[in-house]
Amino acid sequence: MRSLDKKLVRDIGRLWAQSLAIAAVLATGVMIMVMSFGTQLSLVETRDTFYERNRFADVWSAARRAPLSLVPQIAAIDGVSRVEARISDYAILDIEGLVEPAMGQVLSLPTTTEPLLNVPLLRAGRMPAAGRVGEVMVNETFALANDFGLGDTFQVTLNGQKREVTIVGTALSPEFIYNIGPGALMPDDSRFGILWMAQDVLAAAFNLEGAFNSVSLKLTRGADLEDVKGALELVLKPYGGTGPYGRKEQISNAFLDGELKQLDVMARIVPPIFLVISAFLVNMVLGRLIALEREQIGLLKALGYSDLEVAWHYVKLAMGIGAIGVGLGWGFGLWSGRSMARVYQEFFHFPYLVFVQYPAIYAISALAGMTAAVVGAIGAVQRVVVLRPAVAMSPPAPTRFRKGLLDQVIRIFRPRQTTMMILRAIGRWPLRAALTSLGIATSASVMVASMFMFDAMDELMEVSFVQITRQDAVLAFALERPEIALEDVANLPGVLMAEGGWDLPVRLTHGPRTHTVAVTGLRKENTLSRVFDASSGALVRPEDGLVLSRRLAGHLDARIGDVVQVEFLQMGDQTHRVAVTGVVTQYFGLGAWMEADTLGRLLNRTPRITSANIEIDEAQVRALYEAVKSAPAISGITLLDQVRHSFDETIAENAGMTTTINSLLAAMIAIGVVYNSARIQLSERARELASLRILGFTRGEVSYILLGELAILTLVAIPLGLWIGTGLAAGIVAEFDSDLYSIPLVITRETYLRAVAVVAAAAVVSALIVRRRIDRMDLVAVMKTRE
Amino acid sequence: MPKDTHDRIFHTQGITKVYKTDAVEVHALRGVDVELFARELTVLLGASGSGKSTLLNILGGLDGATGGQAWFKDLELTAMRERDLTRYRRDHVGFVFQFYNLVPSLTARENVALVTEISRNPMRPEEALERVGLDHRMDHFPAEMSGGEQQRVAIARAIAKRPEVLLCDEPTGALDSNTGVQVLEALDKINADLGTTTVVITHNAGIREMAHRVIYFADGNISEVKLNATRVHPSQIVW
Repeated sequence: MRSLDKKLVRDIGRLWAQSLAIAAVLATGVMIMVMSFGTQLSLVETRDTFYERNRFADVWSAARRAPLSLVPQIAAIDGVSRVEARISDYAILDIEGLVEPAMGQVLSLPTTTEPLLNVPLLRAGRMPAAGRVGEVMVNETFALANDFGLGDTFQVTLNGQKREVTIVGTALSPEFIYNIGPGALMPDDSRFGILWMAQDVLAAAFNLEGAFNSVSLKLTRGADLEDVKGALELVLKPYGGTGPYGRKEQISNAFLDGELKQLDVMARIVPPIFLVISAFLVNMVLGRLIALEREQIGLLKALGYSDLEVAWHYVKLAMGIGAIGVGLGWGFGLWSGRSMARVYQEFFHFPYLVFVQYPAIYAISALAGMTAAVVGAIGAVQRVVVLRPAVAMSPPAPTRFRKGLLDQVIRIFRPRQTTMMILRAIGRWPLRAALTSLGIATSASVMVASMFMFDAMDELMEVSFVQITRQDAVLAFALERPEIALEDVANLPGVLMAEGGWDLPVRLTHGPRTHTVAVTGLRKENTLSRVFDASSGALVRPEDGLVLSRRLAGHLDARIGDVVQVEFLQMGDQTHRVAVTGVVTQYFGLGAWMEADTLGRLLNRTPRITSANIEIDEAQVRALYEAVKSAPAISGITLLDQVRHSFDETIAENAGMTTTINSLLAAMIAIGVVYNSARIQLSERARELASLRILGFTRGEVSYILLGELAILTLVAIPLGLWIGTGLAAGIVAEFDSDLYSIPLVITRETYLRAVAVVAAAAVVSALIVRRRIDRMDLVAVMKTRE
Repeated sequence: MPKDTHDRIFHTQGITKVYKTDAVEVHALRGVDVELFARELTVLLGASGSGKSTLLNILGGLDGATGGQAWFKDLELTAMRERDLTRYRRDHVGFVFQFYNLVPSLTARENVALVTEISRNPMRPEEALERVGLDHRMDHFPAEMSGGEQQRVAIARAIAKRPEVLLCDEPTGALDSNTGVQVLEALDKINADLGTTTVVITHNAGIREMAHRVIYFADGNISEVKLNATRVHPSQIVW
């Protein structure tokens, strides 16, 4: 090995603490990149493989009742390669050992052939056989959550008839990777399951012999989705079709997409932050290091080494640190990527995991990491290498301090000389001070941007569950009922109050824009479920018009006062023009509301109800559950307490670990910047500080000079960091605005304080470490070195 | 005995050097004309600030002149670009500095190897260290050596590339008299054995007695040039 390379290796060894601090920051950026991309690509591959093998459909539609003879007509639509008609409905489940009623989505399986589309992957047992009334196959997660084995039984109410069924098999389906029941926010595997039963059995139960109420399509390559959807809608219109939708709107796929998008965002946004900081750290450390090595650089040039050779030597130093960081990042990234992918696999109930390793991820992350290190080094190197050898080898000209305006101002306060030294140093190198502050600020901003999610979730829950949905449960009816049915509901044991909701599928059109949603008819007297605007905190009444959620209004490009065309699907040819009377901000889904009376007037019917919001008397809740399990008219129940509980539980589960990790990352950045800054200053000013000690200044006073400057920079950095963090949070909120849910921009004081605490603690720790060095300075040895 | 020009290693015409720092101008050299000849050991003598180090830096290609010309044989140093000056130093010049300037993270042998690795026809690092009497300390770091030993390593490093010229700026400046003598002895021996043209800067008048030629500096110019009829061995020098 060449002598110069030996010097390189030994220099890295000498500077191990600083090198490690920088490498750690670099490694984090690389690790997150490798982990997120690795996980994301693996999940995408897994999902795509599952979809492909199990023939996940492209288009779905529901209808009230359509004859099976319609199927060839659908198959003939241009762009359709396969059609599968089936029966689908919701049912209340009565499971032994479960106090509350559970819900299930019941789907039919063809009796004579294998399913053509959305094929369930058999995990145990077998599919139900034709004609066997009591046989059911359930999704594996539901079975596991309820500790079901093959042969176990439970009761299900199909179309008003309660019957016992036996589990003959379990399966996983590409349609239900993310399984959320109607009205729920999170998957609740024990209380919502998928039930497959033989087609003839369900046809008999629902009076759908020779008919279907749900259809799935697979498209040919290059088919136009909108055209097919339009054609399908036309075909199903006479039969109460509710508007076809594609994969983008399919609940499970949509949520899965959302998760993958989160990973994507994490992979794209977070690593660059860490890499930029690393570049900055390398620049700072190397820059000042090289300045300290002036003489050696002059010497090397005197000995005959060219500018390029000398520059390359120091760039290699940076690359050495970069290589350590990249290596660490790869190692941790690979390990955590695997773990994370496995966690996701279990969370999403994929039947298998395709773990993908693209060499490109490693190459790109290495390139990014090394570039950060080299870019950081080049500026520093260039500055010194241009000096002539004689100039480089002579001591640098003493720093020129000037008395300026700032001086006059400061002098008013009559600071001590030591304080004067601090302030002059900051004033002499304002750019360096600013960059150091900015580096520390990044640490605080990372904390804020990552932790505000919890505040947002709290606000979300508060608004959704306290302001909007104040009922304890929602009962869904199998069929539309007259309002008088509310009396029956009120008479159920434990029901303190019952209010009705009338949900109708509609297509809204405004100019060229159109969207299919469900409009909810409410009565103005309702107190349990209200139209509430999260941004203004006010209740909004539809009066004679239509209230839209903000995102839906955006899709339609409609404002208050605009007139929107409302086409009532499933109601024959009923289309009316309605004015938009309100736009509200809400966090879940797309919403549209009208007064029940207005709806009735438009449709020329007395208002009906499709669901009932109820307030429950805790003391009688069991009795209510029993009654619901046996009530034929009720096809679904959503217990909002459960929803809230499972949401809180999920968030809480992750909160601890997320907080810890984020705090560590933020602390690492802060320590990286503060520690390196302090160490370098110590090297640069060793002689000056030693002189002071010899003059009689105490260790504490001398430490003050060095650390006081860093304290000031940290204090400036903190509010800056909080501000940047808020900006980042706003960016994240904008990124996650989707039809499924959106997050409010809410940051509590506690979050800000936590960010401040982490940064301050990290700064203090670094300062203490450096302080030890100051205390142990060998005064005599330092003074002997040439100025 | 006057020398003829093809024994001439260095010559300058009207070299000036001015350092400008804000409002202040320092005239380090004020039009210097000098000649240095092959195989001679020349001592540049003068008080600090008299310009000797500045001239040495220009002759060694470490710094540029403000005005005038300087030649190494027929290479015009003052007209050369930085890249060519680097080549010049690499191939022709060895330096010894007052504060040794060894790389602290390399051993004695490695410090010498630093130079031999980029030289065209070097001697082995071990041989160079033997010549200065340090073959038993080859694998020690500078921090483990005395000042005199470090300076001798620096000399070994300077001569390992077999330079035509050896430029020494206050080589004994940081040493006590005994070790200083050892260093001077090493320089003298090299000048005699290898025929290397050696230039030694010092403010210590006693050292002039070991030189072939003594050039006196004052106020940025040469005040006198003397040839020594007899030379004294370094061991006889009084500090």
